[in-house]
Parts: sequence; structure tokens; C-alpha cells
Amino acid sequence: MFVYADHAATTKLSAAAMKAYAETAAKYYGNPSSLHSVGQEAQEMLTACREEIAGILGAEAREIYFTSGGSEADNQAIRSAAYAGARKGKKKIISTAIEHHAVLHTLKRLEREGYEIVLLPVGESGVVEAKAVEEALDENTALVTVMLANNEIGTIQPVAEIGAICKKQGVLFHTDAVQAVGHIPVNVKKIGCDYLALSAHKFGGPKGVGALYVRRGAPIFPLIEGGAQERGKRAGTEDLPAVAAMTAALKASVADMDATSAALQGLQHKLIDGLSKIPHCALNGDREMRLPGNVSFCFEGIEGESLLLLLDEKGICASSGSACTSGSLDPSHVLLAIGRVHDVAHGSLRLSLGAENTVAEVDYMLEAIPEVVNYLRNMSPVWRDLMAGKRQFIL
Amino acid sequence: MALYSAKVMDHFKNPRNVGIIENADGVGEVGNAKCGDIMKMYIKVENGILTDVKFETFGCGSAIASSSMATEMIKGKPISEALQLTNKAVAEALDGLPAHKLHCSVLAEEAVQSAILDYYTKNNIPYDSEQFKCVLCAHGEEHVEEEE
Repeated sequence: MFVYADHAATTKLSAAAMKAYAETAAKYYGNPSSLHSVGQEAQEMLTACREEIAGILGAEAREIYFTSGGSEADNQAIRSAAYAGARKGKKKIISTAIEHHAVLHTLKRLEREGYEIVLLPVGESGVVEAKAVEEALDENTALVTVMLANNEIGTIQPVAEIGAICKKQGVLFHTDAVQAVGHIPVNVKKIGCDYLALSAHKFGGPKGVGALYVRRGAPIFPLIEGGAQERGKRAGTEDLPAVAAMTAALKASVADMDATSAALQGLQHKLIDGLSKIPHCALNGDREMRLPGNVSFCFEGIEGESLLLLLDEKGICASSGSACTSGSLDPSHVLLAIGRVHDVAHGSLRLSLGAENTVAEVDYMLEAIPEVVNYLRNMSPVWRDLMAGKRQFIL
Repeated sequence: MALYSAKVMDHFKNPRNVGIIENADGVGEVGNAKCGDIMKMYIKVENGILTDVKFETFGCGSAIASSSMATEMIKGKPISEALQLTNKAVAEALDGLPAHKLHCSVLAEEAVQSAILDYYTKNNIPYDSEQFKCVLCAHGEEHVEEEE
């Protein structure tokens, strides 16, 4: 059996997106900046897409800027707010320890440029407390940036509460909604954010395209200089087929959201219950406050990369936050932030389900995963020491 | 998977000499769980020959493959020859490892040395400490602290 359970990494292009891409590429080949009819037709198509996406997010069309994806959108939102803050002498940015690297690395660079960065802890639940944001806020704060849902452990953050706090204090608020858009209801008015980043390929759209919502009146500066595309805030000829495909994918995801979400939660709970039966393991992050379809576990005594390779042999595509898969010496910063010590964080597994996954596939994973975990534990000196009482179990 | 050579995948999926040796003549353990790799090597020695070698590894695919390959390369060989095993030879025998995985072959070399050192120590056999300087400096723990 083949099971693709890595939808948080990326999704397959949806049928609606594929169709929109092909049709738009064939029909609207003009440059939206051109004055002639072919160009103007492309411009109209671009506007229609912008209106559609804005409508879904509860925004106005002029508040949507198309980007090359979530990372660019996060970079632009954070830098825009940071520079605007610096002009008023505000150089403090508040965020969380579990943000995506698109946010964390941008903040790290700003820190080197003289900004004060505060990363709030999240505790074992993997959910930041809105109160902690309130307490960290002061008159020097230029921006608060908190993700809507975490990419590794799927935990959903109290962004509406944080948005209200920021509004009250007159501080700009950005949310990285890359994992959330298309999967759970996302409305910029309800969140009360000034910026929101999204990426098409997380909800059945193509790679290389995303969008940034910028509330009318919030500061926005271009990262890429050049032509006057995107109201002068993002130069470069628009990738219209990609934008159209993103729009079609988002429309389709939102239309099916309730049914998909219910089905995914059923599979998710079945997986969580089944995997919980493996001794000495733990679910990462709060069980309820999480994206439908995200399942993240740590298994003691084994290492994640070998787990992934063996699962791949069995046809299961998954992901891990072990050091070996992160390309650094340390395991995932998210797992460390929720209190998993290194020894345990190395043995992590993330399964992220999508609409195409079935009960039969979940049953198959519940058969294969314990088998592979057992196999690896049986060749692990750490496991032997744990079983012999020479080492203390953590989980 | 393009990350690893076919040889690495073969030794990872079908590791040779996995397990433990009861009453081993020498046991060596290197690495630590914090950095995500531990190798434990067991040896049986008769007349200076490694008549049996077994390993247990907690670690990634290349760590398991490196341990497996190292046991295969030293099993049945005289100790003097096993001591010549280098991480480079292990990596080459596996048709190469990705650059960020080369430390796995270093661990394999150290695990072999550590097991032989244990055998020498248990049997009061004199040895050249220069030969074992890597394993004697308790490399694993200190290495990790430095990296952080």
C-alpha cells in the first residue's frame, strides 16, 4: 500500500487547480501590465482572483498582495512592520518559540540589525497564552507575530485573542497562517490581524505562489524592487496561471472544508488512539487545539530518520523533527520548546493527513508503524538500557 | 532515496551482525542519545582474531549502515588489522556518505576501537594510548557540548 501522509510538507495539485492552471496559461498569456486587450484580459483575470481570495479571507481585494509563497509573505510583513516601528523608535518584536523558520530566521536577522526579539514560550501544550503576549507588550513594541497553526505539531494558537490585545495597544499584528488557510476557517476581521501570510501548495495549489494580506493603512514596503506590480509593493510580472490555480484550490478547499475537516478528525483520532498503544511514546502538542489531520508523536529509544526511511520502504511518506532530518545537530526547535528533551525529540514522527487519505490507509499505518518502531528498538542500545533499568524512561 | 547510495540502503535495511554477544570479550559504546547517535559494539576474541562481532545502534540510516559495514569489515580479522580501520574506509565501502553524515562513519571507527580498548583493559594487555586517543578523550560528550 502507498500512503502519502505528509500534507503539511506539501499537497498534490488539486484537480480544480490543475484545470485553472492549464486554462489560464493557455488563455491569459498577456502581461497584466500591458495596455492592449490581451494584457488587459490578464489584468482582469488577476483582479478576479484577488477579489475571490479577499472574499474568502474577509478582506478587500486591495489588501491582498500576491507573493512567491509563504516565506516571502512572512519576510515582507515582518520587515515592513519592523522598519515602520523603527521610524517611531519602536524596535521590539514579540513572537513565539515555535514559529516557522521563515519567521524565526527573519527575526534573528533583525536582532543582528539592532531589534529586540522576545520569543514567548509555549509550554507542553504547544499553545502560547494570549496573556503572555499582553504581559510582554510595551510602548517599544513594533510588532507581534504569532503563527495561526504550527507546522510540526499542528497546534492552533489563540490569534483572535492576541489580535484583540494588539488592537487595544495599537501594536501591529502578523500571523503566519500557512498551515491553516484552506483547512480551518480563517477570517482576517475575526482574527484582527494587520498581516496574514498564506501559501498555495499547502491547500492543493501550486508551489511558488502565495499571498500576503495587509490591512489597509498598515505599513508595507517592497522586498523586491522593480516594476509597479502589486501596487508597487512586489515587483515582477505576475505568475497568473499560478495565481489562478491558487484561487481555484482555495475555493475548492473552502467549499469542502466542513466535510473534509470532519473526516480528517475521524482519521486523526483513530491514528492518535492507535499509536498511543505503543509503549513509551507521547503525542506532541494539545490533542484538541490542533489542525485536523496533524498527528505528531515521539517514540523513546529510536531515531526519526531511520524510522522515516523504513516507513518509506513500506510505502508510507511521513516526516520527522529529528536532527538528522533537520540538517542540524539539534532536533526540531518546536519539540524542544514543548519540553521534549533531545533524546526523545530525535525519535519524532509527523503524519499529516489530507482529504484523499482513507480509513484503510490509517489501518495500514497502525500496522506498519508499531512494527518499524519495534524493529528499531530491538537494535537500539538505548532501548536495551531502558528495558534493563540502566537508563530512566522519559516517556 | 537519492540521499544514500544503494550500498548504504542495503546495509541499513539488511544490517549484518545486529545483536549482542553474551559474555563478550570487549564492549565499546560511543556517541550519546542527546546528539542522536549511539553505537555499541561487542567483540569475541580468540588468539588475537575477532571471531565474532555484533552491534546495536540508535541512530539514523547512515549510522546503522556504518555500524553494519564496520562489523563486516573487521569480523574474522586480527585485532591489529581491525585497529587500522578508518572512518574513510567505512565510508568508501558504503560507496560514500553525504557530507553531513560522515560523522556516522567516525562513530563506527571509534566503536571498534572502543571495544578493542575494553578487551585490552579487561585482560591487562598493554597498548599504545596514542592509538586510542580519540576514544580515550571521551570524545562523544565533550564534542556535543562544544558544538552547542
